[in-house]
Amino acid sequence: MSETSSSLTLPDPSPRRTTFSGTLYRGNEGMWSWVLHRITGVAIYFFLLVHVLDTALIRVSPEAYNAVMATYKNPIMGLGEVVLVGAVVLHAMNGLRIILVDAWPWATKHQRLLFWIVMGLVAVLMLYFTPTHLINVFSPMDGGH
Amino acid sequence: MTATIENPNYAYPARSAGRRGPNLEKAGWIFMRASGVVLVVLIFGHLAFNLLWTPGGIHAVDFGFVGGKLAQPFWQWWDVLMLWLAILHGSNGMRTIVNDYVHKPTIRTVALWAIGIAAAVLIILGTLITFTFNPCPEGADLSLLPSFCAEL
Repeated sequence: MSETSSSLTLPDPSPRRTTFSGTLYRGNEGMWSWVLHRITGVAIYFFLLVHVLDTALIRVSPEAYNAVMATYKNPIMGLGEVVLVGAVVLHAMNGLRIILVDAWPWATKHQRLLFWIVMGLVAVLMLYFTPTHLINVFSPMDGGH
Repeated sequence: MTATIENPNYAYPARSAGRRGPNLEKAGWIFMRASGVVLVVLIFGHLAFNLLWTPGGIHAVDFGFVGGKLAQPFWQWWDVLMLWLAILHGSNGMRTIVNDYVHKPTIRTVALWAIGIAAAVLIILGTLITFTFNPCPEGADLSLLPSFCAEL
Protein backbone atom coordinates (compact mmCIF):
# COMPACT_ATOMS: atom_id res chain seq x y z
CA MET A 1 0.00 0.00 0.00
CA SER A 2 2.68 2.49 1.03
CA GLU A 3 5.13 1.22 -1.58
CA THR A 4 4.96 3.78 -4.35
CA SER A 5 7.75 4.10 -6.82
CA SER A 6 6.36 7.09 -8.67
CA SER A 7 7.51 10.61 -8.05
CA LEU A 8 5.65 13.71 -8.96
CA THR A 9 7.34 16.86 -10.23
CA LEU A 10 5.29 19.98 -9.74
CA PRO A 11 6.04 23.57 -10.67
CA ASP A 12 7.13 25.84 -7.85
CA PRO A 13 3.93 26.61 -5.89
CA SER A 14 5.23 29.70 -4.06
CA PRO A 15 3.27 32.87 -4.82
CA ARG A 16 4.66 35.90 -6.57
CA ARG A 17 6.49 38.33 -4.30
CA THR A 18 4.41 41.36 -3.33
CA THR A 19 4.31 43.93 -0.54
CA PHE A 20 2.36 41.40 1.51
CA SER A 21 4.90 38.59 1.10
CA GLY A 22 5.55 36.89 4.39
CA THR A 23 2.67 38.61 6.19
CA LEU A 24 -0.36 37.10 4.47
CA TYR A 25 -1.03 33.71 2.99
CA ARG A 26 -1.63 34.42 -0.68
CA GLY A 27 -2.19 31.40 -2.80
CA ASN A 28 -2.34 31.27 -6.55
CA GLU A 29 -4.94 29.91 -8.97
CA GLY A 30 -5.16 26.65 -6.99
CA MET A 31 -6.21 28.42 -3.79
CA TRP A 32 -8.70 30.69 -5.52
CA SER A 33 -10.35 27.81 -7.35
CA TRP A 34 -10.70 26.03 -3.99
CA VAL A 35 -12.19 29.15 -2.33
CA LEU A 36 -14.61 29.74 -5.22
CA HIS A 37 -15.64 26.07 -5.24
CA ARG A 38 -16.56 26.24 -1.52
CA ILE A 39 -18.39 29.58 -1.73
CA THR A 40 -20.39 28.62 -4.82
CA GLY A 41 -21.10 25.16 -3.36
CA VAL A 42 -22.56 26.56 -0.13
CA ALA A 43 -24.60 29.16 -2.03
CA ILE A 44 -26.04 26.56 -4.41
CA TYR A 45 -26.82 24.24 -1.45
CA PHE A 46 -28.99 26.86 0.28
CA PHE A 47 -30.74 27.72 -3.00
CA LEU A 48 -31.39 24.00 -3.54
CA LEU A 49 -33.15 23.71 -0.15
CA VAL A 50 -35.44 26.62 -1.07
CA HIS A 51 -35.97 25.41 -4.64
CA VAL A 52 -37.16 21.92 -3.61
CA LEU A 53 -39.59 23.52 -1.13
CA ASP A 54 -40.97 26.05 -3.64
CA THR A 55 -41.41 23.30 -6.25
CA ALA A 56 -43.21 21.22 -3.58
CA LEU A 57 -46.03 23.82 -3.67
CA ILE A 58 -47.02 22.31 -7.04
CA ARG A 59 -48.68 19.56 -4.96
CA VAL A 60 -50.70 22.15 -2.98
CA SER A 61 -52.56 24.07 -5.70
CA PRO A 62 -51.95 25.86 -9.02
CA GLU A 63 -52.54 29.20 -7.25
CA ALA A 64 -49.98 28.47 -4.51
CA TYR A 65 -47.34 27.41 -7.04
CA ASN A 66 -47.94 30.37 -9.34
CA ALA A 67 -47.78 32.77 -6.37
CA VAL A 68 -44.31 31.55 -5.33
CA MET A 69 -43.09 31.45 -8.95
CA ALA A 70 -44.17 35.10 -9.34
CA THR A 71 -41.42 36.06 -6.86
CA TYR A 72 -38.81 34.57 -9.23
CA LYS A 73 -40.09 36.84 -12.05
CA ASN A 74 -39.29 40.06 -10.16
CA PRO A 75 -36.43 41.91 -11.94
CA ILE A 76 -34.26 41.95 -8.80
CA MET A 77 -34.66 38.17 -8.53
CA GLY A 78 -33.92 37.98 -12.27
CA LEU A 79 -30.51 39.57 -11.64
CA GLY A 80 -30.00 37.19 -8.73
CA GLU A 81 -30.72 34.29 -11.11
CA VAL A 82 -27.81 35.43 -13.31
CA VAL A 83 -25.53 35.30 -10.25
CA LEU A 84 -26.94 31.90 -9.27
CA VAL A 85 -26.46 30.43 -12.75
CA GLY A 86 -22.95 31.93 -12.75
CA ALA A 87 -22.23 30.09 -9.48
CA VAL A 88 -23.61 26.83 -10.90
CA VAL A 89 -21.59 27.16 -14.12
CA LEU A 90 -18.39 28.00 -12.21
CA HIS A 91 -18.90 25.09 -9.76
CA ALA A 92 -19.62 22.72 -12.66
CA MET A 93 -16.61 23.71 -14.78
CA ASN A 94 -14.24 23.78 -11.80
CA GLY A 95 -15.60 20.41 -10.65
CA LEU A 96 -14.67 18.93 -14.03
CA ARG A 97 -11.22 20.52 -13.63
CA ILE A 98 -10.85 18.84 -10.21
CA ILE A 99 -11.69 15.45 -11.75
CA LEU A 100 -9.10 15.97 -14.51
CA VAL A 101 -6.45 17.13 -12.02
CA ASP A 102 -7.09 14.04 -9.86
CA ALA A 103 -7.15 11.53 -12.67
CA TRP A 104 -4.75 12.71 -15.33
CA PRO A 105 -1.08 13.56 -14.62
CA TRP A 106 -0.94 16.07 -17.49
CA ALA A 107 -3.83 17.98 -15.89
CA THR A 108 -2.17 17.87 -12.44
CA LYS A 109 0.87 19.53 -13.95
CA HIS A 110 -1.19 22.11 -15.85
CA GLN A 111 -3.87 22.84 -13.20
CA ARG A 112 -3.00 26.53 -13.36
CA LEU A 113 -3.65 26.68 -17.11
CA LEU A 114 -6.84 24.66 -16.56
CA PHE A 115 -8.06 27.26 -14.04
CA TRP A 116 -7.93 29.93 -16.75
CA ILE A 117 -9.61 27.58 -19.24
CA VAL A 118 -12.38 27.13 -16.64
CA MET A 119 -12.70 30.91 -16.35
CA GLY A 120 -12.88 31.21 -20.13
CA LEU A 121 -15.59 28.55 -20.38
CA VAL A 122 -17.59 30.27 -17.62
CA ALA A 123 -17.35 33.56 -19.52
CA VAL A 124 -18.49 31.94 -22.79
CA LEU A 125 -21.40 30.07 -21.15
CA MET A 126 -22.53 33.20 -19.31
CA LEU A 127 -22.36 35.21 -22.55
CA TYR A 128 -24.79 32.62 -23.93
CA PHE A 129 -27.10 32.60 -20.89
CA THR A 130 -27.23 36.20 -19.68
CA PRO A 131 -28.64 38.09 -22.72
CA THR A 132 -31.48 35.58 -23.29
CA HIS A 133 -32.36 35.45 -19.60
CA LEU A 134 -32.27 39.23 -19.07
CA ILE A 135 -34.42 39.83 -22.18
CA ASN A 136 -36.97 37.43 -20.65
CA VAL A 137 -36.70 39.07 -17.22
CA PHE A 138 -37.22 42.62 -18.51
CA SER A 139 -39.83 41.83 -21.17
CA PRO A 140 -43.34 42.88 -20.17
CA MET A 141 -45.32 39.89 -18.93
CA ASP A 142 -48.15 38.67 -21.12
CA GLY A 143 -50.84 36.57 -19.48
CA GLY A 144 -48.97 33.26 -19.26
CA HIS A 145 -48.09 30.98 -22.13
CA MET B 1 12.52 26.21 -9.82
CA THR B 2 10.56 23.03 -9.23
CA ALA B 3 9.67 21.04 -6.14
CA THR B 4 9.93 17.27 -6.43
CA ILE B 5 7.82 15.10 -4.16
CA GLU B 6 9.42 11.69 -3.76
CA ASN B 7 7.02 8.80 -3.10
CA PRO B 8 4.08 11.15 -2.64
CA ASN B 9 1.90 8.57 -0.86
CA TYR B 10 4.49 7.23 1.55
CA ALA B 11 4.19 9.52 4.60
CA TYR B 12 0.43 9.99 4.42
CA PRO B 13 -1.26 6.78 3.28
CA ALA B 14 -4.85 7.21 2.16
CA ARG B 15 -5.96 5.02 5.06
CA SER B 16 -4.45 4.08 8.42
CA ALA B 17 -2.93 0.61 8.51
CA GLY B 18 -5.16 -1.97 10.15
CA ARG B 19 -8.39 -0.14 9.42
CA ARG B 20 -11.17 -2.64 8.50
CA GLY B 21 -14.56 -2.41 6.81
CA PRO B 22 -15.77 -0.46 3.80
CA ASN B 23 -13.90 2.78 3.11
CA LEU B 24 -16.82 5.22 3.29
CA GLU B 25 -14.69 8.34 2.80
CA LYS B 26 -13.31 6.86 -0.41
CA ALA B 27 -16.84 5.95 -1.54
CA GLY B 28 -17.88 9.55 -0.84
CA TRP B 29 -14.90 10.86 -2.79
CA ILE B 30 -15.87 8.75 -5.80
CA PHE B 31 -19.55 9.68 -5.41
CA MET B 32 -18.75 13.43 -5.52
CA ARG B 33 -16.99 12.98 -8.87
CA ALA B 34 -19.47 10.54 -10.43
CA SER B 35 -22.55 12.50 -9.32
CA GLY B 36 -20.85 15.76 -10.30
CA VAL B 37 -20.47 14.69 -13.93
CA VAL B 38 -24.10 13.52 -14.12
CA LEU B 39 -25.32 16.70 -12.39
CA VAL B 40 -23.55 18.89 -14.96
CA VAL B 41 -25.66 17.22 -17.68
CA LEU B 42 -28.92 17.22 -15.65
CA ILE B 43 -28.66 20.80 -14.36
CA PHE B 44 -27.41 22.32 -17.62
CA GLY B 45 -30.31 20.54 -19.37
CA HIS B 46 -32.74 21.80 -16.69
CA LEU B 47 -31.54 25.41 -17.04
CA ALA B 48 -31.34 25.36 -20.84
CA PHE B 49 -34.79 23.83 -21.31
CA ASN B 50 -36.62 25.94 -18.70
CA LEU B 51 -34.85 29.30 -19.01
CA LEU B 52 -33.36 29.47 -22.54
CA TRP B 53 -35.20 27.18 -24.95
CA THR B 54 -38.76 27.72 -23.69
CA PRO B 55 -40.15 30.97 -25.17
CA GLY B 56 -40.56 33.47 -22.32
CA GLY B 57 -38.02 31.66 -20.12
CA ILE B 58 -38.56 32.46 -16.45
CA HIS B 59 -41.90 34.17 -17.24
CA ALA B 60 -43.23 30.93 -18.74
CA VAL B 61 -42.53 28.90 -15.58
CA ASP B 62 -45.92 28.35 -13.92
CA PHE B 63 -48.20 25.48 -12.91
CA GLY B 64 -49.25 24.85 -16.52
CA PHE B 65 -45.65 24.57 -17.73
CA VAL B 66 -44.23 22.52 -14.85
CA GLY B 67 -47.39 20.42 -14.60
CA GLY B 68 -47.10 19.62 -18.30
CA LYS B 69 -43.48 18.53 -17.79
CA LEU B 70 -44.19 16.43 -14.69
CA ALA B 71 -46.99 14.61 -16.54
CA GLN B 72 -44.27 12.96 -18.67
CA PRO B 73 -42.18 10.03 -17.30
CA PHE B 74 -39.07 11.45 -19.03
CA TRP B 75 -39.12 14.66 -16.98
CA GLN B 76 -40.28 12.86 -13.82
CA TRP B 77 -37.17 10.65 -13.90
CA TRP B 78 -34.94 13.55 -14.97
CA ASP B 79 -36.14 15.65 -12.02
CA VAL B 80 -36.06 12.83 -9.45
CA LEU B 81 -32.53 11.78 -10.45
CA MET B 82 -31.46 15.43 -10.30
CA LEU B 83 -33.13 15.80 -6.87
CA TRP B 84 -31.40 12.75 -5.35
CA LEU B 85 -27.96 13.46 -6.78
CA ALA B 86 -28.06 17.21 -6.06
CA ILE B 87 -29.21 16.78 -2.44
CA LEU B 88 -26.69 13.99 -1.74
CA HIS B 89 -23.84 15.87 -3.48
CA GLY B 90 -24.70 19.15 -1.73
CA SER B 91 -25.19 17.54 1.69
CA ASN B 92 -21.91 15.65 1.45
CA GLY B 93 -20.16 18.90 0.50
CA MET B 94 -21.72 20.65 3.50
CA ARG B 95 -20.60 17.73 5.71
CA THR B 96 -17.03 18.26 4.51
CA ILE B 97 -17.21 21.98 5.28
CA VAL B 98 -18.68 21.39 8.75
CA ASN B 99 -15.96 18.82 9.50
CA ASP B 100 -13.35 21.37 8.37
CA TYR B 101 -14.53 24.40 10.29
CA VAL B 102 -16.72 23.33 13.26
CA HIS B 103 -14.40 22.18 16.01
CA LYS B 104 -16.75 22.02 19.02
CA PRO B 105 -18.04 18.41 19.10
CA THR B 106 -21.60 19.28 20.21
CA ILE B 107 -22.11 21.94 17.54
CA ARG B 108 -20.59 19.68 14.90
CA THR B 109 -22.91 16.81 15.84
CA VAL B 110 -25.94 19.13 15.70
CA ALA B 111 -24.86 20.58 12.33
CA LEU B 112 -24.26 17.15 10.80
CA TRP B 113 -27.66 15.90 12.02
CA ALA B 114 -29.35 19.02 10.64
CA ILE B 115 -27.75 18.43 7.23
CA GLY B 116 -28.77 14.75 7.29
CA ILE B 117 -32.35 15.41 8.35
CA ALA B 118 -32.79 18.20 5.78
CA ALA B 119 -31.47 15.85 3.06
CA ALA B 120 -33.80 13.00 4.07
CA VAL B 121 -36.88 15.26 4.31
CA LEU B 122 -36.27 16.93 0.93
CA ILE B 123 -35.50 13.69 -0.91
CA ILE B 124 -38.62 11.96 0.45
CA LEU B 125 -40.83 15.04 -0.10
CA GLY B 126 -39.59 15.65 -3.64
CA THR B 127 -39.80 12.01 -4.70
CA LEU B 128 -43.34 11.58 -3.33
CA ILE B 129 -44.51 14.78 -5.01
CA THR B 130 -43.02 13.89 -8.39
CA PHE B 131 -44.76 10.51 -8.52
CA THR B 132 -48.10 11.40 -6.87
CA PHE B 133 -48.53 14.69 -8.74
CA ASN B 134 -51.83 15.30 -10.56
CA PRO B 135 -51.43 17.86 -13.38
CA CYS B 136 -55.22 18.29 -13.66
CA PRO B 137 -56.55 18.65 -10.09
CA GLU B 138 -60.34 18.37 -9.59
CA GLY B 139 -62.15 21.69 -9.66
CA ALA B 140 -59.10 23.85 -10.41
CA ASP B 141 -59.26 26.88 -12.71
CA LEU B 142 -58.74 25.38 -16.21
CA SER B 143 -56.81 28.45 -17.42
CA LEU B 144 -54.05 27.66 -14.89
CA LEU B 145 -53.66 24.01 -15.94
CA PRO B 146 -51.67 22.35 -18.74
CA SER B 147 -53.64 22.62 -22.02
CA PHE B 148 -54.27 18.84 -22.24
CA CYS B 149 -56.44 19.01 -19.08
CA ALA B 150 -59.22 20.65 -21.15
CA GLU B 151 -59.57 17.49 -23.22
CA LEU B 152 -60.24 15.25 -20.20
